[in-house]
Amino acid sequence: MRLSRAAAIVLRQFYLLRGSPSRVFPLFVWVAIDIVLWGFITRYLGTITREPGMDLLPALLGAVLLWDFLTRVMQGVTMAFFEDVWSRNFLNVFATPMTIAEYVTGLVLSSIATSSVGLVVMIVVAGAVFGLSMLVYGAMLVPFLLVLFLFGIALGIVGTAVVLRLGPSAEWFIWPIPALLSPFVGVFYPLSTLPSWMQAISRLLPPSYVFEGMRTIVAGDSVSWTTVLMGGGLAVLYILLAALFFTRVFRHAVRTGLIARYSAESVS
Amino acid sequence: MAESSSNPPVLSVRELCKSYASTVAVDGISFEVGRNEIVGLLGPNGAGKTTTINMVLGVLEPTSGAIHIQGVDLSKRRSQALEYTNFAAVYAPLPGNLTVVQNLRYFGMIYGVKRVSERIEALLQEFDLARFRDTKCGVLSSGEQTRVALAKAMLNRPQLLLLDEPTASLDPSTARDIRARIRDFTAKGTGGVLWTSHNMYEVEEVCDRVLFMSRGKVLLQGDPRKLPQEHGKATLEELFITVAREPLALEHA
Repeated sequence: MRLSRAAAIVLRQFYLLRGSPSRVFPLFVWVAIDIVLWGFITRYLGTITREPGMDLLPALLGAVLLWDFLTRVMQGVTMAFFEDVWSRNFLNVFATPMTIAEYVTGLVLSSIATSSVGLVVMIVVAGAVFGLSMLVYGAMLVPFLLVLFLFGIALGIVGTAVVLRLGPSAEWFIWPIPALLSPFVGVFYPLSTLPSWMQAISRLLPPSYVFEGMRTIVAGDSVSWTTVLMGGGLAVLYILLAALFFTRVFRHAVRTGLIARYSAESVS
Repeated sequence: MAESSSNPPVLSVRELCKSYASTVAVDGISFEVGRNEIVGLLGPNGAGKTTTINMVLGVLEPTSGAIHIQGVDLSKRRSQALEYTNFAAVYAPLPGNLTVVQNLRYFGMIYGVKRVSERIEALLQEFDLARFRDTKCGVLSSGEQTRVALAKAMLNRPQLLLLDEPTASLDPSTARDIRARIRDFTAKGTGGVLWTSHNMYEVEEVCDRVLFMSRGKVLLQGDPRKLPQEHGKATLEELFITVAREPLALEHA
């Protein structure tokens, strides 16, 4: 693998961001609004909930922050890919020596850069306006973020593969994916709240382990490393499956001529 | 054109086929592009020219057959084979939301061009693009966009240059200039060019050899200046029209 080719994808994203406020603002504006909105909701709920030992700030606002991070990671991958869709650049890109691994690595590196901006803005706003310190999660903060990052990458790769396979109009299948998953992973409530069939699905989703772990810490208990490793292991597995899926879709696209014919029209 | 294995042709296509279900788009064609040679790939719409070029570019998998670029098997070592190629096509404009220099740097990195800044400056001069260096490609005229696409196609000094109707949107003066540059590219370097065009005047002026395709097959090949007479036609255009309308007459000739 030549990292310079993956770096070219990142450089292209940098060029696009540098010259386009409409691309820069979404990196931090929506997440900042989310934090402000949920910050006030949390503050209000704090005034009507008087349960002892219940700290809503890290349980609710912290959960929103972590979930938004995962969403931004996923969108970081898909947005970098959509730039090629929107500029009808597939033929130019895939008729080069760049390998699939280099291309996907470029998308992931772009996502690291863009999602980091969102994460920093959320942490600053949540801390400065509502007094949330991420240090409340202790040493578990790093593995929590890592699991969410890995799963966000996996979702992003799956999203790009779906759009590559079904055509540009399929991007509307991609945007709601985090919203579809959020009821299952227990962002705002313990998994025990869910019916058993939903809990079974939850156990297959890495973020479930993060949010359960987060609530355990907020309740003053310690999280077992087995739980975190379970979430991490699943996230790595999903990345491998997502990469396999993308590779299969790409090969199908090369076999059928989809890459050469990819245009503004859906091919589904 | 005989080539030793140590000095292979820049492009070797053997028994290449592409079919979609019951439709045969390319039907067992074989040809070579030698060093310092410009080969014209001609034929009516739907003849299989772009399908052939897409297969050579590695974005379309052949049903059967082999493609070697600079002696490297495209199906086995795709990335290495494509390091020797580049292309410009009227249907593949560069991203319009990047400037000329940004596009050239982006693709220069992908192609692994050494001292890319120097190379970009040289190409900006060569293709008269210096004044557009910080202009977004999307707002350039179609002729200017074609020049940028050609500059991108020259970035890695390709051994095999694929040009799909490169002068289709250019005025006659600019088109002549571009043709001169392409001829210069083959004359001074060691590369070869596979060129498609519907402009028979241009083909006669530029190509050393032409391949006439129809219904996925190569029906004729030879020197574009001699081929019409060999088949009882006055001009290359007349021969083209015969290929387009009565391919069977030539196939059985």
